[in-house]
Parts: sequence; structure tokens; C-alpha cells
Amino acid sequence: MRDVAIIGIGQTPVEEHWGKSLRHLGHDAIMAAMRDAGIETADALYVGNMLSGELGGQQHVGALLADFVGLRGIEAMKIEAACASGAAALRVGLMAVASGMHDVVLVCGVEKMTDAVGDEVTSGLASAADQEYEVSQGISFVGLNALLMRRYMYQFDIKKEYFAGFAVNAHRNGANNPYAMFRSPITEATYLKAGMIADPVNLMDSSPVCDGAACVVLAPAELYRSKVKARILASAVAIDSLAIHDRRDPLALDAVTVSSQKAYAQARMTPADIHLFEAHDAFSIMAALSLEGAGFAPRGAGVYMASEGEIGIHGRLPISTMGGLKSRGHPVGATGIYQVIEVVEQLTGAAGANQVSGATVGMAQNIGGSGATVITHILGAA
Amino acid sequence: MSIPRNWRTRQQRYSLKAEVCNACGNTIFPPRDVCPHCAEQKQSWTNLSGRGEIYSFTTMYSAPAGFEEYAPYTMALVKLAEGPMITAQLTDVDTEDVKIGMPVEMVTRKLSQDGDEGQILYGYKFRPMLRQVA
Amino acid sequence: MLKPDRDVGIVGYGAYVPRYRLPASEVARVWTDGSGGLPIKEKAVAGLDEDTLSMSVEAARNALERARIDPSEIRAVWVGSESHPYAVKPTSTIVAEAIGAAPSVQAADLEFACKAGSEAIVMGMGIVGSGMGRYVLAIGMDTAQARPGDALEYTAASGGAAFLIGPAAESAAVYEASLSHVTDTPDFWRRAYAHYPSHGHRFTGEPAYFEHVTTAGRRLMAELGTVPADYNYVVLHQPNTKFPQRAAQILGFTTEQLKTGLLVPVIGNTYAGSSLIGLTAILDIAKPGDRIFMVSFGSGAGSDAFSIRVTDRITEIQNRAPQTQDYIARRKVIDYATYVRYRHKLQMK
Repeated sequence: MRDVAIIGIGQTPVEEHWGKSLRHLGHDAIMAAMRDAGIETADALYVGNMLSGELGGQQHVGALLADFVGLRGIEAMKIEAACASGAAALRVGLMAVASGMHDVVLVCGVEKMTDAVGDEVTSGLASAADQEYEVSQGISFVGLNALLMRRYMYQFDIKKEYFAGFAVNAHRNGANNPYAMFRSPITEATYLKAGMIADPVNLMDSSPVCDGAACVVLAPAELYRSKVKARILASAVAIDSLAIHDRRDPLALDAVTVSSQKAYAQARMTPADIHLFEAHDAFSIMAALSLEGAGFAPRGAGVYMASEGEIGIHGRLPISTMGGLKSRGHPVGATGIYQVIEVVEQLTGAAGANQVSGATVGMAQNIGGSGATVITHILGAA
Repeated sequence: MSIPRNWRTRQQRYSLKAEVCNACGNTIFPPRDVCPHCAEQKQSWTNLSGRGEIYSFTTMYSAPAGFEEYAPYTMALVKLAEGPMITAQLTDVDTEDVKIGMPVEMVTRKLSQDGDEGQILYGYKFRPMLRQVA
Repeated sequence: MLKPDRDVGIVGYGAYVPRYRLPASEVARVWTDGSGGLPIKEKAVAGLDEDTLSMSVEAARNALERARIDPSEIRAVWVGSESHPYAVKPTSTIVAEAIGAAPSVQAADLEFACKAGSEAIVMGMGIVGSGMGRYVLAIGMDTAQARPGDALEYTAASGGAAFLIGPAAESAAVYEASLSHVTDTPDFWRRAYAHYPSHGHRFTGEPAYFEHVTTAGRRLMAELGTVPADYNYVVLHQPNTKFPQRAAQILGFTTEQLKTGLLVPVIGNTYAGSSLIGLTAILDIAKPGDRIFMVSFGSGAGSDAFSIRVTDRITEIQNRAPQTQDYIARRKVIDYATYVRYRHKLQMK
């Protein structure tokens, strides 16, 4: 297997892009990444996307985007793994380059959520859960996270305000990220008075509905030595049941644990070697459970990391360094690529005011559903 | 709303028709082809008591499509007496009275309907125990 | 008089009353400024996720809990109601599937205004009494609708009961005989596609309710050679409190015989379930050897009268399932606005 590097990155701001279609968003990110890498073409394009069919009536977005950016004739396809679609596409690109089947591969995560309104988006997101035995009962994706959060608070005697630090940290970091959707800091008071969506999950526990596209260019490190921005040291996936009710223990995200352990083994590292962690903080409870599952906190104690000293830019383990899903935004199928790009920015010293000093190893973890697909990537500096 | 899918799953929705694994003895709901506990493929049908207790719950203020008319309503993870956990709505209860650990029993209720002219979907929900019976 | 070849009876029974109650004073507050008398105290209102099907399933399950029979031995499921969820598609097939009676079963929905439930019982007596089948499930259940502001809005309620009819030897109560009295009397109706029923106001009294209830009752007692004093309990169709009180008096029953089964003051008129749920309330406390006289009434119009004798088995089954009074005690009072929402009287589009 060949070592694979990221040689170019491109992203659109995450926002409500009323004036842009999915194809335009994809175009902007892909062209930016190709310019960054200094390439004119590629062997393949893998598109991470979850909801194009559900919300836009548009599947087949691999060919759609490849054609739209002027790459007729190349290989292109869409990869879907719910909210982990972005990281899943990255892994497919990685396998293609590592195996020697392709040299230069584009991986683009793209999501256009605002073409649909209200409950259509709610229903679309719920398609990540078990349609026959969860969704048909009236639960939403927010509702599933609320079930986990309530049980977590009950079982570990956690107060609601303990979670505030996750949203506060995300917004503090997002304020300095020009691509972030929310660019104003919040306080614990803002968090505590936010409107309830599904008790106890409020608006500040929850990532926003938004649009965005992000793209990376992959190539063999050996062949593109001068262009290497970061190296992919580990890539690992683990799955669990779609339905929370089918889990061994709903409060233990087993797939997070297994995926993280596999990644640490590949990179020959331990959690202590990770300098920053782009966690899948789609909901505050997911941030807490991810920290526990990935080995950064003991069971029931992930929430106690929600403080600046722990997860802030200068903390013990900076997370969501460019705003995370909460503040940068969570254009679902694109999120996995945004996370990886943010790790690349940290490893190349391009994170501006949010730079984690001396960062040479970063981890990105993208979660599909409420923990059914977990994809972990560990990146190292060039 | 898929007519064939709802038809296929009617016995699970109406009466919690479940399986027992012939190899490890665990009760399985919803039914599966491979036991999630021991990976064996031989199961027999069984009926569940419909009794259980609340493992967690949430009140939905923002309902998905098809459920708007019921909002706000309470969803729960219910740990069934026979072992499996199930995601279901609570009914005939006031939100402020719901507690983790509360004993509940299954009832068959209207889940959703496909507009004014389409099918009505019935299925399980859970409510506080009406009464302990002999 | 209808008397089967083989004696039949009630092998199991079950009631259902929904949780919500609308006080009659709430209807008066909105429509009459609170003036005028109230026909009952309060009525039972089905919740947002309830209908005749869901309520029938619960009553049927209670009947099965009491009977402890194999549901696959039920040969017919008949649901009498004027509020079937579908205009075309049987309520009864869903009930049969939900309780495990499908697929070797007759299934049909019956309609005879408030008499559809007792009609199902008589049909069940025929099937079991002839030996065609061992058990029949007969249900009378309604989520009765009334036009906002109409006199019926005070009383039109939700609820009903299910009866498993089977061989006398297995029964907790045996049917001695029944008798029906049916004429074309247009006292109350609902046309196809109409949301609310219409009625003949005072015409619903003498020529309709009283004529049919008292005639059926008197004739059955005459045929059997019984008198009111032979019965411990009487239960009549109860559209309001006064009608059954007066009909019982005309037939010669005392208020003492009437009171156990007179539920209308606290749950309202459950239409096809009305006399049936009065009977379940009596069976819940009846003793072996007790005799019960029941007369249903359905507009259009007709009455079925029944003479019932309670057997030794009653005490075994009374506590196997929730009793009628358990449901009556489970109550949450709602206001008129909530009632309007629960009964789908709000125009949403």
C-alpha cells in the first residue's frame, strides 16, 4: 500500500446558500481544491452526500459534479453513509490511491439542505435511523439524541449546564473561522435559555441545517512530495446497529471505540498522541460520548471536558477547533471533509487565531446516524 | 407511507410479535434473521407481555412529517420485561409525570395517517400501567 | 324469542373508556352561557391517537385476558359501531389480526346506530348456539360525534365493550334468551359523507326509544315468564340519565336494580357501546346466580333484550383484567378547546 497525502483543499462558507445549487457548491469547493493543489485534472471524483435524493430529487451526483467541473470521462460516484458520507468518500478515495488504482483523486463532500423546508429536512435526516422501528414511531434525529442525553444525565447525575461548555467552545472557535456559519461567541446563559427542540436538547445543543461543500485532493505522498500538506496516518471504520434500541449499551458508542482503536493501532499511537480532535459534535451529547468512546475521558465523564482548559484551543485536547458541527455548521454529507480540511489547516499552521501551537497530529471523527457508522482519520503533518 | 411495508410489519406493530433465539435463548425484537447476541440463525416466534419500564424519554416539540397533529408528544426507549429495548411513543400520560424507571404497558393506537384519504397506520405505544391485575 | 339449540354465554368480557372527560358544564359554558340543566356530569373523550379500532383492540384484549382461550379458536370478530375509522375497510380484520384471531375467522363491521354492538352479540349467540363455531368476539364501540352546540354534544362519548361468546359450560354468564323488536322509525340518522348526525328532537323519545326498549323488554319477560323482581340488575341503552331511568320505571325495575349499570352520568353515551359497557360494570361485581336483564336500543330503530344468568365462573375472571370502574376512575378533565382539538373539529386546511 502506498502512503497517501492530501495535496489540496477547498471549501465554501457554510451558510444558507439560497443562490446556489448543489452543483454550484460542489463546483466551488472542487475548483478551489484543484487550484490549491495546482492540478488540472484528476483520475476520479468521489462525492460524499446524504440527502440529494431525499431533498432535491437528485441522485447520481458523482457524474453531475464531474461533468459540471469539466471532467467528463473520469470515474465519479456518490458515497453514502448518512452524516458520515464525507469521511466515507474520503476512505474510498484513500483506498483507490493507496492501492495504486489511481494517482490523483478528488473527494468532495457536499450537502444542499435548504432547498427543502422544515419537516422535510427533519424526515430526511431521520432516514439515517431505522425507518421501520424508530422513525415510523414518530422519533426525529434530534429526538434520538435527546433520548441519549436524558439517560446520560440520569445515569451519571449530570446537570444540563454541564454541557454548555461544548457550545461555548464551538462558538468561540467558529467566530474566527471565515467559513463558519455562526461567527459570534455565546455564553453559558445563552445556552441555558435556548429554545427546546426535544427535551432536553435545545437549539444550542444542536447543529444547524445549512449548505456547504468541501473538497480535498489525494495523491501518493511519494509522487507528490513537494505538494504534501498532510499525510493520512490512519483510516478506520466501525459500525453498530442503526437503532439505538438495538445497542449493547445505548450510552456506550461502541463503534466510536472500535473505530478509534483501529485508527490508533494503524498510526501506532495512543489518545495521548493526538494534538487536536475534530469531534462529531452534531449534538452536545455526541461530543461527550465521542470523547469517552475515543478514550479521552472515562465513561460518564466526557461532559466534564466541556471547559476551556480541556477542549479550548490552548487546552489539554482542543476539539472543534474551527467551530465544529455546532458553529461551523453541519451540512451533513460535507461535514467529514470539512473536519479533515480543518485538521489540515491546523497541521499546516493555517488556522489563524485558532492555531493549536505545535500541532503535528490531528484526528477527525465523522459519525453517521446516532453512532451506527463511525469513521476515524488520523492525519500527520507533512 | 408504504402500504406493502406497513402490511409486512403489522404483527410486530399490533402485537409485538418477537423471536426467541434457539441457540442463546435471548428474546429478539424486532425480528432479525441473525441473532444479534450469538449470530446464530435459528429463531422461534414468541409473544411479548407488552410490559416494560422507561429507560429514557423526550418530549417532541418539533414533530417530523406525518406527526404534526400530535405535537407535543413524548417518545421513549422502553426496556421490555423480556429484555429487548424498543423506541415508542408514550400515550395517556402528562409529560411532567413521566419518569425514568416508570412501569408501562403496550397499547395499540393510531401512529399516523396518510392524509385524509390514505391509510391509517396503527401500532404500539406505551402508557403508565392502568392497574396491576392478577 | 331467540334461543339457540345449545346454551351459550359470556366466556370473557372487557370494557374500554378513554382517559379524557369533558364536563357537560363546559359545553354549556360555550353554547348556552352556562344556563339550563345538564343531562349528565361529564363524558369520556377519546385521545388524539384513539378511534373505534384502537379502543376495540383494548376491550378485546381484556375479554381474552378473562377468557384465557386460544384466540385462533375464535370463529368470528364483529365490531358494531357508527364510527368505524374507514368507510370501506373493515375495523374487524384489524382487531382480528391484533388479537391473533386471524386468519380462520369471519370478520365484519356492523352498523345499526347504537344497537350495532348488541346485534353482534345476537349473531354470536347464533354461531355458537348452532355449533358452527366455538367462540365469537362481539364488540360495541364508538367515538360518537355530535354537532357543536347540539343537545347531543353534552353526551356523545367514546368507549364500549367486547364480549367473547362461547359454550355455556365455559361461561361466566349464560344467555337464557334474547328478543328483538325492530321497526322503521326515523328518530336519528347520519347520511353518507355527513360529519355529524341529525335527529328528530322530541321524536327520539316516545315513538323511538321508549316504544322499542319497553316493548322488547316486556315481550322477553312475557316469553320467559319472568318479572322484574327476578333480576338483580337491569341495564338499558342510556343516551342520557333520564331515559333509562324512566324506561326502567315503566318496565317495573327499581333504581337499585338500575344503578350499577347506569354509567351515562360519568362517561356519557358511548352509542354502540352504551348498554354493553353497562353490562361489563355489572359483571365486574356480579355474584354466581345473579340474573341480569339488558335492553339495547338503536335508532332507526330497534331493541335487543337479553336475559342473563351469572354462573360460578364469574368470580374467577372478574379480576383478570382491568374493570370498568378502573377505566372510569382514570380520568383527566379537559376544557372545550382541548375537546375540539381531540375530536378533530378544528379546520386544519
